[in-house]
Amino acid sequence: MAKRIIPCLDVKDGRTVKGVNFVDLRDAGDPVELAWQYSQQGADELVFLDITATHERRKTMVELVKAVARQINIPFTIGGGINEISDADILLNAGADKISINSAAVRNPDFIDELAAAFGKQFVVVAVDTKLVEGTNLVHLNGGRIATEFETEKWIKEAEERGAGEILLTSMDHDGTKAGFDNSLLKKINDTISIPLIASGGAGNVQHFIDVFEKTNVDAALAASVFHYGEILIPSLKEELRKHNIEVRL
Amino acid sequence: RSGALGIINYGAGNIFSLTAALNRQGIPYAMINSVDEFDKFERYIIPGVGHAGAAMQKLEESGMVAKILNTKKPVLGICVGMQLLTEFSEEGNSKLLGVAPVKTRLFSENLKLKVPHTGWNKVSSTIDNELFKGLDQETHFYFVHSFFIEFNPNFTLASADYGIQFSAALKKDNYYGVQFHPEKSGEAGEKILKNFSLI
Repeated sequence: MAKRIIPCLDVKDGRTVKGVNFVDLRDAGDPVELAWQYSQQGADELVFLDITATHERRKTMVELVKAVARQINIPFTIGGGINEISDADILLNAGADKISINSAAVRNPDFIDELAAAFGKQFVVVAVDTKLVEGTNLVHLNGGRIATEFETEKWIKEAEERGAGEILLTSMDHDGTKAGFDNSLLKKINDTISIPLIASGGAGNVQHFIDVFEKTNVDAALAASVFHYGEILIPSLKEELRKHNIEVRL
Repeated sequence: RSGALGIINYGAGNIFSLTAALNRQGIPYAMINSVDEFDKFERYIIPGVGHAGAAMQKLEESGMVAKILNTKKPVLGICVGMQLLTEFSEEGNSKLLGVAPVKTRLFSENLKLKVPHTGWNKVSSTIDNELFKGLDQETHFYFVHSFFIEFNPNFTLASADYGIQFSAALKKDNYYGVQFHPEKSGEAGEKILKNFSLI
């Protein structure tokens, strides 16, 4: 199996939030054009995180998903504010391959079971933000601002048992540091589950991707800013991974 | 020999991404919503996601099973649509179309692998064939599935390895199947759809 490289795009009101450093980009705020650039560069998959807060949210999400599905030939996940089966249903029919749920799953764990029963577990990504608090990894909400009482490892096992098809694990201790992925935690979690694990948080350079794949057996690595600002280019990243005998799709 | 492509619309899952890929490739297609529309097409796609047994039941309810079994025109099953071409699936112990005398099995827990098999895996096309024409002999395609079709030298058109060698693509007479999702497999996947439209 090839290890997957996944750029994550933050979207608000149908526009990408973070700046992008591609040449020949007509509109850096257009998520579809950005997505297309990434797919051309060799991204294996895309994640769109919709942070729209208005009541128009659902409409803009559906429009985005349809536009991406029309034009992009690789799989993609959409996350952000999916709270009901009907939200998921409408996104599936608009062409999303997977949805990602985070706080909705923590607040109502049965939601994972319901989604898996309705659409199959392959459609359900459970995103987990984790932070070390006094020696214990705890699940956090709202991008790490709100601590829960859920222990990360236990919660991920529960999510798997309930029907998650994949886990997207973001270490809030590493996120934004550009000091590398949280390899010890990722390895520990990966060894306890039998569904794919996506590593997130801390990517700063090519070596960090080599490390995460060599030191843990995660299936995929996700990053945002290093790709958006052109600090890491996917073709050269994949070339380096290949040189280290890590299987990638070229 | 290019001719109109009919997508068998029997209610087994979302086909937005498939039709989008056909649009991008400029491949003309239409939905076949009822059995009396079947004969006017020159080739067929059987899509499918979800439970193979449930999909088979829906296909039976569509009334198109006999048409599918009797046609001499090219048929392409995708993912669960491919599994329907086999005789049996361990998913719900379901009896399927039986076009090819092979079985659909669950990835065994003994393999200690992550299931569903999700992601890009290497596909090796074994022999020269129309479906993989123009592609490298080893190409990555995107898979999402928990059940697989056993390898069989008579019907396997391309194989992949996930703890066990299985059929990534099969062929029996005018029937083709792919376990991966060509509509999500980048340019290689689009090439498969294009090739099928020209068979």
